[in-house]
Amino acid sequence: MNASELKSTSSGMVDSPVNIEPPLWKQPDATPFVRIENVTKKFDEFTAVDNVSLNIYKKELFCLLGGSGSGKSTLLRMLAGFENPTSGRILIDGVDMQGIQPWNRPVNMMFQSYALFPHLNVADNVGFGLKREGLNKHDVKRRVGEMLDMVQLGHLGKRKPHQLSGGQKQRVALARSLVKRPKLLLLDEPLGALDKKLREETQFELINIQEDLGVTFVVVTHDQEEAMTLATRIGVMNQGLIVQTDEPHGVYEYPNSKFVAEFIGSVNILEGTVIEDNVDSVRIESPQAGCTLFVPHGISCAPQQTVHVALRPEKIQMSRVKPAQDENCMKGEIIEIAYMGSLSVFKIRLQSGKEIRVTQPNFSRDMGERFTWNEHVYLSWDVHSSVVLTS
Amino acid sequence: MSSLSGNVWLTGFLTWKARFKFLQNINWGRFSVISVPYLWLAIFFFIPFLVVFKISLSESAIAVPPYSNLLDFNLEEAYVNIKLNLGNYLYLWEDSFYLDAYLSSIKIAAISTVFTLLVGFPIAYLIARSDEKHRGILLALVILPFWTSFLLRVYAWVGLLKKQGLVNEVLMSFGMIDEPLTMLQTDFAVYIGIVYTYLPFMILPLYSALEKMDLSLIEAAEDLGARPIQSFFMVTVPLALPGIIAGCMLVFIPAVGEYVIPALLGGSDTLMIGRVLWDEFSLNRDWPMASAVATVMLVFLVLPIMLIRSKTEKEEGAA
Repeated sequence: MNASELKSTSSGMVDSPVNIEPPLWKQPDATPFVRIENVTKKFDEFTAVDNVSLNIYKKELFCLLGGSGSGKSTLLRMLAGFENPTSGRILIDGVDMQGIQPWNRPVNMMFQSYALFPHLNVADNVGFGLKREGLNKHDVKRRVGEMLDMVQLGHLGKRKPHQLSGGQKQRVALARSLVKRPKLLLLDEPLGALDKKLREETQFELINIQEDLGVTFVVVTHDQEEAMTLATRIGVMNQGLIVQTDEPHGVYEYPNSKFVAEFIGSVNILEGTVIEDNVDSVRIESPQAGCTLFVPHGISCAPQQTVHVALRPEKIQMSRVKPAQDENCMKGEIIEIAYMGSLSVFKIRLQSGKEIRVTQPNFSRDMGERFTWNEHVYLSWDVHSSVVLTS
Repeated sequence: MSSLSGNVWLTGFLTWKARFKFLQNINWGRFSVISVPYLWLAIFFFIPFLVVFKISLSESAIAVPPYSNLLDFNLEEAYVNIKLNLGNYLYLWEDSFYLDAYLSSIKIAAISTVFTLLVGFPIAYLIARSDEKHRGILLALVILPFWTSFLLRVYAWVGLLKKQGLVNEVLMSFGMIDEPLTMLQTDFAVYIGIVYTYLPFMILPLYSALEKMDLSLIEAAEDLGARPIQSFFMVTVPLALPGIIAGCMLVFIPAVGEYVIPALLGGSDTLMIGRVLWDEFSLNRDWPMASAVATVMLVFLVLPIMLIRSKTEKEEGAA
């Protein structure tokens, strides 16, 4: 029933393109729901979170993405109240969280290990928080039942956690963290312990639940694919800093640094020096690429500065005949092919020795026209597909 | 007809053979390893217990050993006389002295166990939550007293608790008391002795239960609105329960039969079954009575342990 409703509303939107309100983070006068202001966290001499400022808006599904030790978990734990900032402050729904203990915060957390109480059954695990609120038995039972039905575990209330599969444990943990109707839900690697197939299914379920309940989610993950599918916006973290905050599309297509470009998806990075610096374009001489690179967006750089051009593998076209233009055209030899079903990955060695990754979708079943090993090919791309990175 | 009975014989033989098939299925290597502790227990525990039980059914006699035989052979008149004397058990029941001794032992052991738990839990908790590199040293400190003889450690308390002992002198020098307190030869001294000597047996199982605990469970409880005191009683204590039970058993059981501590620290009115047993054995030279006391004590202690065991096993089986 839900699915059909969803379908009808979406088709309705196609029929009459209504004026869709821009998301809150694009409205300059919107009030952020969570405000992280110049927060620094030091453990002895180690700076885990370094002067981070971040606004998260109501009903967002915000992903903090980073490798291990990037400070993403510490930031999440500060939101939960398990750690206190060394300096700076955190406001949730306009209230300064300084000195407010975890048990008094309007926040719940889903732990990476799920942290289900092993001595309590599923229903008692989910009901734990409600009982602390002093809710009467009847209401606890009703709300636990509703929650378990939502995560499709209504029949397993009497089981102990160790009798559940990984996916079921994950659902119990989710139900337990949502049952108190928190204003803000923190999720620490929510899908990390699930296998690939289950993870994909659960991702969409998580998004649906988030949209149905209208709770603001902050998700910590090291898995860029997970972040891309889940998030309304992604904050990429590295060494305690948020290096870029943008929508998934923005982070992928317009990375602002070499780190972000390489961290999210795979990318080819070409080194070169700026030879022509215009207001709305740059020309870069790249011995590595064996050609001049033209990028139609302005950058701020010194003349002759060494810069990097990022180019995604799927944006590159391969051809046997030389394209018309001389710029943005590289020549090389196919040294490796990986057939992956829906697409094939090619590794091409340029004359400079630089290896370039190209992916091509396998449109047809026919193998006849395919590129093969040791073939010499030309690589070209649309000028708008590449990004210059100065850092 | 004959072929039918032949069939019956054959099936009979086959089932008989099948019945002994398990002999072929035994892993003899494994069996020989496992049998060592069983053999040990059989020789040094079960058989001696049977001997004690046998003596408890005999009568005290002036002889060597000082009890009567259960079996009386007389080949000439061709009779075997088995004489089981239940009088000792009857006497245990009739003379309230013994029941009082049992109850008093259990009371003293139970109170001491509770105090050992109250003292041991914070220590075990502290060690389990301390920095990993300090835990080894802290645990070693818990075990350190074992380097000294148990008897010496109990004697040391005599020196501390007596009228002119260290505790009284310190208290008097600070002016907290005017005249020395009588601490030695009281139940109080017995409690102190038991708590002190059995503390490591409480701390170690508690530590192992607390150390295993996933600390994110505490955070989860606090995140769901439980204050630290609530999360302690609703998460930490239930998860430490196996350690609490094990520790209490390890303290309670030997404390019930304790002899040295009440003998050295207790007063003449400190009634404990271990002392009664010793008095029967050495002063009265009534081996059968002493054996009956020992047998009943064992039953008293083993039954509740077996009940707890079967209960936990049932829970584990259901889990």
